[in-house]
Amino acid sequence: MVEAINMAHAWEMARDPSVVVLGEDVGTNGGVFRATAGLQQRFGKERVQDTPLAEGLIAGAAIGMAAQGLKPVAEIQFMGFIYPALDQIASHMARLRNRTRGRLTCPLVLRMPHGGGIHAPEHHSESLEALLCHHPGLRVICPSSPARAYGLLLASIRDPDPVIFLEPVRLYRFAKQEVPDDGQALPIGRCFVLREGSDLTLVTWGAMTVDSLKAADQMAAEGVSCEVIDVGTLAPIDFDTILDSVAKTGRLLIVHEAVRTAGLGAEIAAVVAEQALYDLEGPIRRVTGYDTIMPLYRLEHDYIPGVPRIVDGIRTTLAD
Amino acid sequence: MSSDTVVARFEIPYRGCLASDGTLCGPLPAFASDPELLRHLYRVMVRARVFDTKAVNLQRTGKLGTYPSCLGHEATHVAVGSAMRAEDVLFTVYREVGTKFWRGVDMLDILLYWGGDERGTNYRRTPHDFPFCVPIGSQMPHAAGAALAFQIRGEARCALAFIGDGGTSQGAFYEALNLAGAKKLPLVCVIVNNRWAISVPVSAQTAAQTLAQKAIAAGIPAVQVDGNDVLIVREAVGEALERARAGGGPSVVETLTYRLSDHTTSDDATRYRSAAEVEAAQRVEPIGRMRAFLTARGFWDEAAELALRRECSEAVEAAVKQYLATPKQSTDTMFDYLYAQLPTGLRAQREDARRFAALRP
Repeated sequence: MVEAINMAHAWEMARDPSVVVLGEDVGTNGGVFRATAGLQQRFGKERVQDTPLAEGLIAGAAIGMAAQGLKPVAEIQFMGFIYPALDQIASHMARLRNRTRGRLTCPLVLRMPHGGGIHAPEHHSESLEALLCHHPGLRVICPSSPARAYGLLLASIRDPDPVIFLEPVRLYRFAKQEVPDDGQALPIGRCFVLREGSDLTLVTWGAMTVDSLKAADQMAAEGVSCEVIDVGTLAPIDFDTILDSVAKTGRLLIVHEAVRTAGLGAEIAAVVAEQALYDLEGPIRRVTGYDTIMPLYRLEHDYIPGVPRIVDGIRTTLAD
Repeated sequence: MSSDTVVARFEIPYRGCLASDGTLCGPLPAFASDPELLRHLYRVMVRARVFDTKAVNLQRTGKLGTYPSCLGHEATHVAVGSAMRAEDVLFTVYREVGTKFWRGVDMLDILLYWGGDERGTNYRRTPHDFPFCVPIGSQMPHAAGAALAFQIRGEARCALAFIGDGGTSQGAFYEALNLAGAKKLPLVCVIVNNRWAISVPVSAQTAAQTLAQKAIAAGIPAVQVDGNDVLIVREAVGEALERARAGGGPSVVETLTYRLSDHTTSDDATRYRSAAEVEAAQRVEPIGRMRAFLTARGFWDEAAELALRRECSEAVEAAVKQYLATPKQSTDTMFDYLYAQLPTGLRAQREDARRFAALRP
């Protein structure tokens, strides 16, 4: 998937001279995950800028650049380091269009690795999407395959508003797929129905999509038909696709890697309860990360919901 | 290298031109040969003060929200505005009325903003300037980013960022200066040292002898000037802008002034500072000295003063009238500027707000 992300950068930089890349180690080094490898050699040091080591600065400078008509694509090295940038994201990035009644805008992409599962050190495995989804004015996007990473990143760079682009680290190397380098963007703000089914709706995003599809395969062998929805755009979220699916299946299981309490799954459950209670044949369930600190890596797969926990969640949801 | 070698040494120069009585204490800048420019600097300072007095009164009578007075800062604010070019981009804190006036922002806009209406950020004549920045110090990275954009595109434009004495304690201040130094960006930072960050004096804010010297760690030249002297501020900031424009990199100018007012209309400065201190600061305030200077040179007289005061009052009254007659925005505007296009999921909330708005008297 990391190659698809790199390809999308290169395509859009070649197409649009206002696209500039900035971040820590993105230039000479090509990014710690190689997402920006080769871009500085191809497009020059003006358009691919190594920045000082300061996340708040990266987010804040990107705002200034975007308001001046550039299209910054900035990298935060790991999502666990986003906290110093939250002031800029929440106080300025999300609000600039609104507070100036559209006079100044912030067309930029802030990319960052998301989630765990690669034996990384402390603070390198966080899933903090709920912090960002709570800020109107932002789009929050999390792809679940190389093709969707390519198409959604292109769409994000072309979007007139700020986009936080979360890249599941487990999929960087693990997810392999031939992706045509054709510059075709995918729609933002729409869920992807990856597998149709009739017994249960499984809503997920990011790396958990891969495990959820495996769990659905396993259940299919037992004659259970799961509809698997990859939310894709976490904010603003496309509830219509989820509600339509629940109307069909009558059962809802939400799977996410992030901490459970006040996670995005809670919001999805609330909306379905508000708008589709009478479509439901049983309680909504969640399979999520625990309400714990993301553990160091020996326990990370005990924290991240794997296929067995998802299968158990499907069975429990169907049993009620 | 022997172990007692000094590897670096720095100095912060101080500059002044007009003494507090309007006499000269330093060489006059070249632009001082233009009496009309000198008069205009004075006029905009007075305009800012008349406006400011009215804005505080409006708040006291319940017609304006919380308002941060610019009383005492007029020389610094106006001088910076006058040193900038139209195509430069301004990043303010929230007190710089004089700078905004110079750059063509209407009194009405400033009243609307502090009166709770986002339309007050619509700077028609300087459409790239950022609106007031309330979270302390957070404007600095935006200015650095704009300067980086100018550099990438090879434009001879500068970003100018204000920050206060308290703001220089923020990480964002250091981060932005550090980037500007490392990349030699066309950025000028004006530190308005008005001695008080609400109730905290500079002596409690930092052990640094000057705030200007904070630039040294970023490899940026810095100067401290008399911030109540409109001539020296204009000269120092003008030199910094021209150096930046010519590719010479960023600068920091610390202007020493004094906040003669409360922090905002919600503050009571008598709780934390003495009347004697404020009286002493009043004796060196910026407007009186410029008037004395202009009068001594024969560029100004009582009749001109009366005409100016009348003109400023009329302009302020007209703006206030327009402000008070401006109907509030529709509730739709809460939604319509979140994104370029409203996400479909928000339509129901927009409808809901409309429905309840229609029920209100």
